[in-house]
Amino acid sequence: MEPIQTFRARCVALPIENIDTDQIIPARYLKVTDKNGLGEALFTDWRSDPEFVLNRPEAQSAGVLVAGHNFGCGSSREHAPWALQGFGFKAVVSTYFADIFKNNALKNGLLPIVVDPETLLQLTSLCQEDPTTEITVDLANQQIVINETQTVGFPIDAFSKHCLLYGVDQLGYLQAQETAINAYETTNPQRVNTSQLVAGS
Amino acid sequence: MKPRTIIEKIWDRHLVAENPGAPALIYIDLHLVHEVTSPQAFTTLRERGLKVRRPDRTLATMDHSTPTTPRGADGIIPVTDPIAQKQLTQLVTNCAEFGIPLFQLGTINQGIVHVIGPEQGLTQPGMTVVCGDSHTSTHGAFGALAFGIGTSEVGHVLATQCLLQQKPKTCEIRVEGTLHPGVTAKDIILAIIAKIGVGGGTGYVLEYTGAAIRALSMEERMTVCNMSIEAGARAGMIAPDETTFAWLQDRPHVPQGADWEAAVAHWRTLPSDPGASYDLVVELNADDLAPMITYGTNPGMGIPVTGNTPAPADYSDLSQRSALDKALLYMGLEPNQPLLGHPIDVVFLGSCTNSRITDLRAAAQLIEGHKVAASVRMLVVPGSQRVKAQAEAEGLHEIFRAAGAEWREAGCSLCIAMNGDQLAPGQYAVSTSNRNFEGRQGKGGRTFLASPLTAVASAISGQVADVRDML
Repeated sequence: MEPIQTFRARCVALPIENIDTDQIIPARYLKVTDKNGLGEALFTDWRSDPEFVLNRPEAQSAGVLVAGHNFGCGSSREHAPWALQGFGFKAVVSTYFADIFKNNALKNGLLPIVVDPETLLQLTSLCQEDPTTEITVDLANQQIVINETQTVGFPIDAFSKHCLLYGVDQLGYLQAQETAINAYETTNPQRVNTSQLVAGS
Repeated sequence: MKPRTIIEKIWDRHLVAENPGAPALIYIDLHLVHEVTSPQAFTTLRERGLKVRRPDRTLATMDHSTPTTPRGADGIIPVTDPIAQKQLTQLVTNCAEFGIPLFQLGTINQGIVHVIGPEQGLTQPGMTVVCGDSHTSTHGAFGALAFGIGTSEVGHVLATQCLLQQKPKTCEIRVEGTLHPGVTAKDIILAIIAKIGVGGGTGYVLEYTGAAIRALSMEERMTVCNMSIEAGARAGMIAPDETTFAWLQDRPHVPQGADWEAAVAHWRTLPSDPGASYDLVVELNADDLAPMITYGTNPGMGIPVTGNTPAPADYSDLSQRSALDKALLYMGLEPNQPLLGHPIDVVFLGSCTNSRITDLRAAAQLIEGHKVAASVRMLVVPGSQRVKAQAEAEGLHEIFRAAGAEWREAGCSLCIAMNGDQLAPGQYAVSTSNRNFEGRQGKGGRTFLASPLTAVASAISGQVADVRDML
């Protein structure tokens, strides 16, 4: 995973609450066995409306999605962050994110930025008034910069921040825990054995 | 020792490591795998030259993109979608290469991942269970800590049998009282989600308690826990009791003899200690519940079946008002409109929420002697091949067919509409599944979520109906 450095990007507002992962990418696009081309299917049903915000020319170079409350609820499909990244998004701003979506996003370097409702409303209005609105995202200092001078902090757990800043791979971290995992398996009896089951069925 | 909830007891027992500056390392007892969310994880393993650490704690099945259309003369379920076929073939290849047991399409053990785990006795109290599927919360019905994960985490578990997890907050959902006739477990969970909202459980593990929960069968408990994710909670659970032990005993994979006694003795220590405290408590009374139905485009948009749609003008929060406006527009409904009597096109009885043998029995009992309305297409999709076989042994399939319903092979089917089973644009369905999101059952399709009883009553009358009128 590439380290996330401070970046500046155009914002696009999608002020709808509870945007679920079926909207982000419908299930019929989940029959793939890789991650290619998912950006083209991002919000595909909503994009069939020519007026939909992501169809506007200004949105084509957007890097930050400003969404309504509870973004990413529903299914665990990691195709949702893959599709957002495939379109070009590097961060999503909302007041809160669904748990599984947030986990998936963090593991792919898509930054979920949680802000207070007032900031979200302000950012949404700015984007709607000027579709070329940009913000700066500064992960190291855990803040976004709006209108060049206004800084708003955002929370992120220390471990995820470290991984994103330095491009640390979580699977690599887990593998390095081998000794602790071996010790756990030695002292805790196995509960079920799936291979026995299949052999006997 | 400080009194602990069942959630904390299972968490503590599965702690592998707690390193400063990192989330806890949690051991996973059982990892269930299906064709849709696993291919990219196996690719990662291959790229890094990794093995699956514990194939003996891993089980794969085929369910999401599999057809439920009848078998050919050769007894084989034909897969006509080449992209789905490729994905299924990839799962076969991956399981063979990494040594993972696989229940292949059409074989006797195959079915929806959240039906087969419990059916085999693989899901047991006190375990940690994960799957690349948000409805993994279903397994919490057995007093297991079970939750959905994404594909990166599927790779983590395949490679290390562990996950990095932040300790969840705990929420008790206490449901006292007694359900009235015609009101079911599905109505309990739809009422809970309507009450706390689709984000109300975010960050929590839910524990369902109270007399009305204790009175539920295991299948009904699975229905409740299944939809915990629809309130935003990754996991929902119910403490194990005699109902749990009786259901599990003699399943293929539970311990036998003295081992069974030892297991039950351990399971009896799992329920939350008296005085254990939760971060949040929500209370409902089952006496107050009616059959529930959703009118909108998320599972929190639910009302009693005799109720009216809400009016956006009644909401002061702009964001809520626009969400409701959008939902009613999509659903083709007006504010303050009754749903009773609304014409429907399709009824779907199935999904990991409501496709188990008791769901099929209850539906068959209600539909026997009636006909599905001429304007309605009804699909009955058993949750697994074993459920299907059991239903056929009891003659339930004949009852459904005589009523004019389609009797299908096992799978996720119209719940996720990946396999060719789908609504046409504009069609209305009463569905026993778990999600009514825009396009969930097919682009432009409109979903009313309800119980199997409400689904059958509606199928017969050709419109949204109150099952209590049939009792």
